[in-house]
Amino acid sequence: MRHLVWALCLIASPLFAVQPDEILADPALEARARGITAGLRCVVCRNESVDDSNAEIARDIRLMVRERLVAGDSDEEAVQYMVDRFGEFVLLTPRATGSNLILWVAGPALLLIGLGIAVTSIRRRRPTTDGLSAEEETRLRQLLDE
Amino acid sequence: MITELGHYALILAFGLSILQTVVPLVGAQRGWADWMAAAGPLASAQFALIALSFAALTWAFIGSDFSVVLVIENSHTLKPLLYKLSGVWGNHEGSLLLWVLILALFGACAAWFGGNLPATLQARVLAVQGSIGAAFIAFTLFTSNPFLRTDVPPFDGRDLNPLLQDPGLAFHPPFLYLGYVGLSMAFSFAVAALIEGKVDAAWGRWVRPWTLAAWICLTIGIALGSWWAYYELGWGGFWFWDPVENASFMPWLFATAVLHSAIVVEKRETLKAWTILLAILGFGFSLMGTFIVRSGVITSVHAFASDPERGVFILLIFAVFVGGALTLFALRGAALEAKGVFALVSRESALVLNNVLLAVASFVVFVGTMWPLVSELAFGRVLSVGAPFFDAAFTPFMVALAIVLPVGAILPWKRGSLGRAMRAQSGIAALALALGGLAFALQTGRSALVPVGAALGLWLVLGALADLWGRSGRQGVIQRLGRMARLPRADWGKATAHAGLGVTIFAVAAVTGWSTEDIRVAQLGESFEHEGYTVTLTDVQRVQGPNWISTTGYVDVHQNGVLVAQLEPEKRVYPAAGMPTTEAAIDYSLTRDLYIALGDPQDGGGWALRTYVKPFASWLWLGAALMALGGLVSLSDRRYRLAAGARKAPAIATPAE
Repeated sequence: MRHLVWALCLIASPLFAVQPDEILADPALEARARGITAGLRCVVCRNESVDDSNAEIARDIRLMVRERLVAGDSDEEAVQYMVDRFGEFVLLTPRATGSNLILWVAGPALLLIGLGIAVTSIRRRRPTTDGLSAEEETRLRQLLDE
Repeated sequence: MITELGHYALILAFGLSILQTVVPLVGAQRGWADWMAAAGPLASAQFALIALSFAALTWAFIGSDFSVVLVIENSHTLKPLLYKLSGVWGNHEGSLLLWVLILALFGACAAWFGGNLPATLQARVLAVQGSIGAAFIAFTLFTSNPFLRTDVPPFDGRDLNPLLQDPGLAFHPPFLYLGYVGLSMAFSFAVAALIEGKVDAAWGRWVRPWTLAAWICLTIGIALGSWWAYYELGWGGFWFWDPVENASFMPWLFATAVLHSAIVVEKRETLKAWTILLAILGFGFSLMGTFIVRSGVITSVHAFASDPERGVFILLIFAVFVGGALTLFALRGAALEAKGVFALVSRESALVLNNVLLAVASFVVFVGTMWPLVSELAFGRVLSVGAPFFDAAFTPFMVALAIVLPVGAILPWKRGSLGRAMRAQSGIAALALALGGLAFALQTGRSALVPVGAALGLWLVLGALADLWGRSGRQGVIQRLGRMARLPRADWGKATAHAGLGVTIFAVAAVTGWSTEDIRVAQLGESFEHEGYTVTLTDVQRVQGPNWISTTGYVDVHQNGVLVAQLEPEKRVYPAAGMPTTEAAIDYSLTRDLYIALGDPQDGGGWALRTYVKPFASWLWLGAALMALGGLVSLSDRRYRLAAGARKAPAIATPAE
């Protein structure tokens, strides 16, 4: 029932994610390429990276990234090249700029608020009558000594 | 005829569920015992009718009755019986019927086993449960009727989506729904308590086992889904942070939080309002998950999501129930007085920290899941939020949770000493750090992922053991082991589940950080090396299955000249559904999975072949299984069995003096 999107991508083109013929001969370059493509979205699929996707466009993107790297682009330039063509949508990690700051800050902010509320409310109902007075303390010590 | 009976039974159940909502509620308000007493039989009857309705639909699937539209769209005569059965819930309409069936089952259980609850509380719980039932039966009947017929039955059906024709996925939805819907019990108890204006230890003792049962099922359901994704999708991923996965994960996180805070209500009679809020939000997330999966708002490409009308209906249900409950909470929540007080350093505070971490982690997942929608609507910015974001934003919370858990778990109630608890666990902390160091030394790269995961995993597992050991007194080893064995099952359950979390954390880190892959064109009969294994594709054959045709590769794997595995990865085509699937072949073992998937034939001869070695992958499911087992052990604790029989206790009690 879940993951039906993979079904869709499979219908679209029964290829097979990263193909043997795509892999670059230089392992260092290939590793960089994989690092980039794992963070790029297959734009016709739902939430898959182009590395995992079987769709035709995903293969095109994988090949394009490798072309850019072979042509001497840095990682950032290769990513920017994709963003220029497909828009911000292609990035699986949204950039922490502008309105996206809300997304990135939401977790830490909520944690601080949650901890703040928890600490203040626990402190507020801190035991006041729980401890022993000095008098009771000495009496207790006497009893224990006996 | 039987189909119409099923339809009719569902309509009757709808009527009964409305009665079940109104009658006991009025009865409890006015103090009319007979009106309150009507709730039980109504809940039983509603369950019986929906069960009849579900049986009728199942009958149509088993008999391949192609005059029913749903059967045409999701079944085929050649399909194995198991998948004819799972076809019943492998679609929107049928799964919704399963949803209401389980909802009614939980309601009926509250009627059958809730005899020792205060009469008004039980009546109100059943009324709330009935109202949820009414809403979802209405949703089924008016927008998603599974019993629709067609005038011209076709010769054969269109077959169930082949990805779903799999044993793992056959049982994944029922478990998931038992979990989702089980959270409705916590919700009903929370709302009933708000109406009553009273929460006491007995309430906590009642809510906890229901939440625990739901949580166990949700854990199993999520693990099954993840395992299925692992072997079925062909590249060995186990978690994708897909909106639909998140929809099941958020209620799980909340259920975990409710479980822990209900302990505080039960043992210390405090954190009542907070627990009620968590229970409402937990079911709220469960409804939100239903909305995400079935509305199509988030996932425009999703095959399940077709009808905006359905989305609006679920949003309405969500607004009424969660909005109503939260309003009630705002009005009455303050009236729930807390009895036990506790210091900032105490077991209670540790559990509050657990709740805060889990709740915020869940909100992070929620914000990430909804952000593409919000961003597009509010800021006109079309973007994606994918796995890398969730990995970065969610993981710190789990790391924090894992770090504090073994210390928090041994803090005493009311007031504790952080220094003493940390000193008690310092030995295992050193061991855990040592393992982390060892993992770092073993690996080639400089990633901190596996070392941190290994250290945290061992910290949790040993912490759980140390917790049990610490409760066994101060005598000799033999006596202490004996006392450990006699500890309450709740303690064993706690230790097992916490150890399971440790195992899972380690496995996630190890699989993510240490997996290796090899993608190549393999020529028939030629061998290649990967991670010390010699892999040979010996043959590729066509194989005819009951409703599929497969291309099966035969792969021999040798290690040091010894044959360790013969694997048969497949590519299947389901002609009726017109869809191919990948069936990866996996050699499971405790320390690594050998994972092979077959690709397409290549122009120059040979086949695309992907070989993965995934260290400790089995531990993912082992950890989840341990968590579920811990829940089960805890559920069998004596005090819940006693609670079930508590009704009889006053009658037997004789005056002591």
